[in-house]
Amino acid sequence: MSDSFDKKNGRDKTQMFQSQTQSSIGEGSADKKAQPSPTGLLANCFASDTAFDEVRADDGKVRPHYVKLFGALEDFSTVELRRRSESCERLVNEQGIAYNVYGDPRGMERLWQLDPIPFVIAQDEWRALETGLIQRATLLNKILADCYGAQELIHSRWLSPAMVFGQPDFLRPCHGIKVPGDSFLHFYAADLVRSPDGRWWVISDRTQIPTGAGYALANRLVTSRIFPEPFRDNNVQRLAGFFRDAQKSLARLSPRGADNARVVMLTPGPHNETYFEQAYLARYLGYMLVEGQDLTVRDNSVWLKTLSGLERVDVILRRVDDDFCDPLELRNDSILGVPGLVEAVRAGNVVMANALGCGLVQSPAFMSFLPGLCEHILGEDLKLPSVATWWCGQKDARKYVLENLDKLVVKSAFRTHLRTPEAGKPLSDEESEDLRRRIEFDPDLFVAQERIELSAAPSWEKNLLVAKPVGLRVFLVTTEKGFSVMPGGLTRVAPDVSGRFISMQRDSSSKDTWIPSETAAADVSLLNTSAQSVELRRTGNNLPSRLADNFFWLGRYSERADATARLLRSALRLFNPERTSGAQPLLAPLLQTLETQGQLPGISKKPELRQNAEAFEAELLAAIFDPSRPGSLRQTADHLQRLAMLVRDRTSNDMWRVLSQLNDRLATPTASLVILSGDAVGVLNQTLMGLAAFHGLARENMTRAQAWRFLDMGLRLERAVYLCTLLDATLRSPEAENPSVLEAVLEVVDSSITFRSRYNLLATVPAVFDLVLLDDKNPRSVLFQINQLAKHFEKLPKEREDAPGSGKNLLAKCAARLNQTDPRELASPRGTWTNSELSKTIRETMRALPEISNAIAANYFAHASISRTGRGSES
Amino acid sequence: MTYAITHRTFYEYAAPVSVSQHVARLTPRLTPLQRCDAFALEIAPVPTLRRTRTDYFGNELCLFSIQEVHRRLEITTRSRVTVKPSEPAAAASSIAWEEAAKMFRDPVSPAVVEPYQFVFDSPQVRASVELADYARESFGDETPLLVGARDLTRRIFADFKFDPKATTVATPLEEVWEKRRGVCQDFAHLGIACLRSLGLPARYVSGYLRTRPPEGKPRMVGADASHAWFRVFCPGIGWMGFDPTNNCEPAEEHIIVAYGRDFGDVSPVAGILTGGGEHEVQVSVDVAEI
Repeated sequence: MSDSFDKKNGRDKTQMFQSQTQSSIGEGSADKKAQPSPTGLLANCFASDTAFDEVRADDGKVRPHYVKLFGALEDFSTVELRRRSESCERLVNEQGIAYNVYGDPRGMERLWQLDPIPFVIAQDEWRALETGLIQRATLLNKILADCYGAQELIHSRWLSPAMVFGQPDFLRPCHGIKVPGDSFLHFYAADLVRSPDGRWWVISDRTQIPTGAGYALANRLVTSRIFPEPFRDNNVQRLAGFFRDAQKSLARLSPRGADNARVVMLTPGPHNETYFEQAYLARYLGYMLVEGQDLTVRDNSVWLKTLSGLERVDVILRRVDDDFCDPLELRNDSILGVPGLVEAVRAGNVVMANALGCGLVQSPAFMSFLPGLCEHILGEDLKLPSVATWWCGQKDARKYVLENLDKLVVKSAFRTHLRTPEAGKPLSDEESEDLRRRIEFDPDLFVAQERIELSAAPSWEKNLLVAKPVGLRVFLVTTEKGFSVMPGGLTRVAPDVSGRFISMQRDSSSKDTWIPSETAAADVSLLNTSAQSVELRRTGNNLPSRLADNFFWLGRYSERADATARLLRSALRLFNPERTSGAQPLLAPLLQTLETQGQLPGISKKPELRQNAEAFEAELLAAIFDPSRPGSLRQTADHLQRLAMLVRDRTSNDMWRVLSQLNDRLATPTASLVILSGDAVGVLNQTLMGLAAFHGLARENMTRAQAWRFLDMGLRLERAVYLCTLLDATLRSPEAENPSVLEAVLEVVDSSITFRSRYNLLATVPAVFDLVLLDDKNPRSVLFQINQLAKHFEKLPKEREDAPGSGKNLLAKCAARLNQTDPRELASPRGTWTNSELSKTIRETMRALPEISNAIAANYFAHASISRTGRGSES
Repeated sequence: MTYAITHRTFYEYAAPVSVSQHVARLTPRLTPLQRCDAFALEIAPVPTLRRTRTDYFGNELCLFSIQEVHRRLEITTRSRVTVKPSEPAAAASSIAWEEAAKMFRDPVSPAVVEPYQFVFDSPQVRASVELADYARESFGDETPLLVGARDLTRRIFADFKFDPKATTVATPLEEVWEKRRGVCQDFAHLGIACLRSLGLPARYVSGYLRTRPPEGKPRMVGADASHAWFRVFCPGIGWMGFDPTNNCEPAEEHIIVAYGRDFGDVSPVAGILTGGGEHEVQVSVDVAEI
């Protein structure tokens, strides 16, 4: 007793002493050697004296399961560790691991925070946790089965009826629905923390939508790459087996048999906080990521709306809260769900994972009933305790809570819009009195929990290790043999050393979680083993029409960015401040095109700009960099990135990365930053390279399936629009015959080399128009785009009979007209050009292009929205 | 008393509807005092799929979907219902309301679990201190529960004005409370919220009223559409109905169709459309004595 006290004291002293020299570790090794610390790297890294230290035992020694890891880390120099932590950041960035933060003013996703130092749990300790978690998941599943069935637990008084009837999460329409194998909880997650005495406690159960497994996997992929040596030497258990179990168990749920299972993942959409994870997991597991509007219920079954018709869906892995899943029978204000879904589930034609209604047992109030229920249902003691919980609906509990209000965390017992104090903030007398009154008025709605001081583990922070509070989220999946636990999990780190509460919505970070084993970890892959027969397929899953729409616009915006960048680059190059007026005629067609297409609105009506070189240049730069300016290159890049996010699960990481970088490059640090036009040309060059990479990736890496087809159609259509606009503007410009103007046009359409290889002379109007308008061999000509579009139409499912206008007919008309046009008309003097057949052809093509776009939308993207019928009020 | 009831709901859509899914709760309930001798539900166009089941509250509901393009939908029920008069409850000798409320505090006896479900907040009805204070004017110390409920019904009738233009089907209770106006649905919700704020179980009843009054009596409000009122659970007696819109206790002239926690549980016809655009709904109810 006194022995450990002394050690404890000694440690405290060490901490005081070392806190004064905290910066030393980053400075070099001279001071480090002088430290009497057990390990150099951990010299300054201590948990607070009341919290449990994950790494160091009371005697100051590193705990055995951390020895190998820190042994390896100590072998690295500080420089090397810094390098690896930077590489960690880069990998997170490259993979685009993100988390959407609600209420973020930028409304965009935030990069995932990953701390490179893994969290390690000893194997024997993990085994005990596993047993406890499996017991808990089994118990919760049985409770759900009872609540949605016989409700014996209520009648036998093991469960307070308020736990069911008082909860908004008790979905009455789902009562009595039979689920296969009485399995409600296919996935379960729990948040664990370790108290100062070293025991683990469950602080929350996740049964509605257990998120985080995808982030755990993403963390693993990064951490195992930055620390391959300790990862290997620790024989860290692999995560893939867990996901393989998940795949198998979802396939087994299929009403049409596992071999024919079509599993989809239902997402609330890209604005959901964990959308990244959904797309990531969907891709990893090989499921299509769908939104409610992609699905429809017919004949009591669920179908996926694809370009070529409806396809049956058997299992829905849902990331939509259960009460939002069906606006017909559940929350009628939901637009995320699928009307009629509950009835399809009831008929047994589709299976939901987790089952509808699983949110019920997620309520913290349930925790106070679990020990009794475990004994009653399983005949065992609850192995893994929950944090001490008092449900105020019970008289004694209420009394205790009201007497200890300042020591406890008061929460809403059920998922309601109840005002509860912010966790961790002390209450003023007034607040405390108000809370007391509200608890007394409606005690059933409140629950209070003990505060647990979190254990601390080392985190990498600015070149040194700092002990920060951690919590662990663990994941279970049901299998044929019961629940199985993911060997690892998502460790979450509080943002500062005094933090007691961790939420990914705040600024917390995360870690990979390692469970070392004695023997080398078995390699598991999600690919089928060769023993299973594989049906060869040449076509991928059919494309949902919503995604076809997104690909089409991805194509259009990528080409719009390309054309905008080319036009602006040529404009910047031709623009010479030394002779403002002299440059104008050369610029005319370019400026006219940029005006028509919206990058330089009203430029022709601002003659004063032409006299003022500085203002003019500023205008061009704004058209490139100003994010708030409609049509600017920056804004187009924003659109591109947003669209890329919408098709994230259908494009390669490389394509995503290329588009992200595009946007990063155009994002100038501050609005006031002075940009030289020379720099701007450099940025435009890089942008064009990025777009070329994107188009190259699309051309070389996407199978010639529907997604690629729509992407390319978007691109062709947009290119035709720009070409026609530019050619039209050229014909109208005062100096169209000037070879310099024609050179500029050729440069914008990237056809200078082709031209020079054909004509060994200065550019002439008929020759340029032949090449850019009519040459069906030139991939930058208008006719080429029209022909490509027509070819795509041939390969698509037939256009709908009831849709207005046929894209195919419109294209055929355009092509015929172009084929009849003779550029030699333009050999005549320029006064007659705007009345020429060729000029009319261009203008007609320009008019036809939006109609073709509309026809594509009407035929292939029509996803009519759902609405509620009006209801008569009762009177 | 026996009634021939016709209830017609008609939708005309501005744009074609390609698929629609509906839930209808239109079958009169069977109770010790109410018998349904005939019931027919006609839907035009004829649904592709139609299924009847009993919901969590024991109401019969019909789920149907129409999978052909349509521009109008007509739902008509015809039923014959016989209602027996109830014995007037001995309100003065009913249990004191505090005693009743105590029975619905944890731990609750399994014997009263069924009514216990109706103590809790529901999506459209939330208890509040303010409503409890309002209710306490009717429920003084040791007031017999049914005496209090009767007085609460009277006060809602007196304090709130019937005004079909003041609210819609989606108006929250807080707004009804502010405006002091509403229709039967709002008054039923208000009564339920007051009772629940005291910890008493109360439920929503949807149904019909006799359309033409007996000779010499005025026509009741709410007779030309579906009507709504509330019931409170009184230990020892059972569920007792109160109609705050007409300040009366339902007897032979109220026909019960469905029970629920609030309107959301019993909405007579609800549907989700693909397409359809703007549309209006027309409802007509005729309850004729035979």
